[in-house]
Amino acid sequence: MAAPEPSAPRVAAGTVLVEAEHVDFAYGRAQVLRDVELAVRAGEFVALVGPNGSGKSTLLRVLLGSLAPAAGEVRLFGRPAGRFEERWRVGYVPQRPSLSSEVPATVEEIVATGRLARRGWWRPLHSDDRDTIHHALESVGLDDLASRPLNELSGGQQQRAFIARAFASEPDLLVLDEPIAGVDAESQRRFRDSIVHLLEEHGAGVLLVSHELGAVVGDIDRVVVLKNEVLFDGTPGALAEHGVSLGIHREDLPLWLEELT
Amino acid sequence: MLPLPYPFELGFMQRALVASVAVGIFAPMIGTFIVQKRMSLMGDGIGHLAFAGVGAGVLAWTVMVGVGTFSSVWAVWGALVVAVIGALGIEWLRARKRASGDLALALFFYSGIALGVVLISLGGGMNASLLIYLFGQPLTVSDSEIVTILALGAAIVTAMLVLRRVLFAVVTDEEWARVAGLPVRFVNDALAVLVAVSVVAAMRIVGILLIAAMMVLPVASGQLLARSFRGTLRWAVAIGVVSAVVGLAASRMWGPAPGGTIVLIAAAVFGVVAVVKRGAAPPKLSAEEVG
Repeated sequence: MAAPEPSAPRVAAGTVLVEAEHVDFAYGRAQVLRDVELAVRAGEFVALVGPNGSGKSTLLRVLLGSLAPAAGEVRLFGRPAGRFEERWRVGYVPQRPSLSSEVPATVEEIVATGRLARRGWWRPLHSDDRDTIHHALESVGLDDLASRPLNELSGGQQQRAFIARAFASEPDLLVLDEPIAGVDAESQRRFRDSIVHLLEEHGAGVLLVSHELGAVVGDIDRVVVLKNEVLFDGTPGALAEHGVSLGIHREDLPLWLEELT
Repeated sequence: MLPLPYPFELGFMQRALVASVAVGIFAPMIGTFIVQKRMSLMGDGIGHLAFAGVGAGVLAWTVMVGVGTFSSVWAVWGALVVAVIGALGIEWLRARKRASGDLALALFFYSGIALGVVLISLGGGMNASLLIYLFGQPLTVSDSEIVTILALGAAIVTAMLVLRRVLFAVVTDEEWARVAGLPVRFVNDALAVLVAVSVVAAMRIVGILLIAAMMVLPVASGQLLARSFRGTLRWAVAIGVVSAVVGLAASRMWGPAPGGTIVLIAAAVFGVVAVVKRGAAPPKLSAEEVG
């Protein structure tokens, strides 16, 4: 496989891409988020972890502007998230895509939809768009399976196709919701390579919401532990000082998270 | 008149052929998107609404004209207005989760057919000519009706060509499309309106009760034959056209009702494809590819 062409970072390193300030959110009377503060900068790989029901997915939807916070502010690229228009700048990989497979669709057809928001949905795709789609497929190692129907692929390969769909819009911020849950080791390795590629060659920021950090554990810059409020926000090294390791140790992160419930 | 061989040598058969082939193109084309949206019965629900529109047209003609021969223009406009408004109503209910897709369709289904019967009876038009809107009759299509069908069909195909990529993105993964900033509401409304226009354009050919079959059956065959969305769409259109031509020819040669025959041919094609494909599981990935 030919190495993808490196390109200059699209945003200056350290630029704040998404920011939550004193965010509260409730479903009816059930308070889900309390005074949450979080920021992801360009070139930064942030893992958002927490036990089940800790509000991770809700926080993600608030950060993406799909839910409005009850209090506090969320900004995407410096603008209020609910009114942010350059949506293509945020690549989103949902936890369980609500994808319809009534009619067979190829990996390439799915990935190409990622280009629409960036290109303008009414415009035809040109050769440079095709190149970007191919690059996205290459970067997740699916270029050989581009013409295969998506529903014939393994779970891990399908997840990589959704990551490629997010890559196709050339995002400045990639948001992934539990992308490696139940994914095989090879797909985890490919997933790790594609994330590092986006961070290093495009200078994008990555926010990963996951219980399992798997193959990316050594690449994370910051860990944010959420249990309805932020319990910890710092480097993996600082977390280790609290006696919790992201690796396979006695006080392993998933085990520690379970103890928080 | 074109020098075509039997059974298409006569003028009325050639008019029927043009109109039926047009339906064979645009109905499966739009059907591919509504099947992917898991709204296969949408065409049926909107068809019932179109019947209420035909009733409104009959009543309006009775009140405003009331003498001479009933003009199909009143039925077409009545059906178009009611079907478009109803289609947007179904989409409104579905999008706001006020009712499930099936329940929203059922509400419109029964209200539409009942309203149609009431309006037509009030307009004094409860007669055999209404059967052509319920079951279709391409053999008596007039030149002006062909112009209407071709104009509506051209509008549908043009809109589909412009919208096909964003339509595919939205019907395949609506949640993701919303986060990606695609115009989900506009696209869903546009699809609903296109289904309504298709129903009205095709009702004179295959009938309000059978139009949904032409939107779904060729797609059901196409998805068994193709391995991509684009391939399914092409197969569906090809099967739609073949069903229209063969059904019309069979109707001329042996005399069965053409609308029903066209749909039965499409159903038979599905039966054959399903049997041939039976047991032919999708090719397995090698261990290396699975990784």
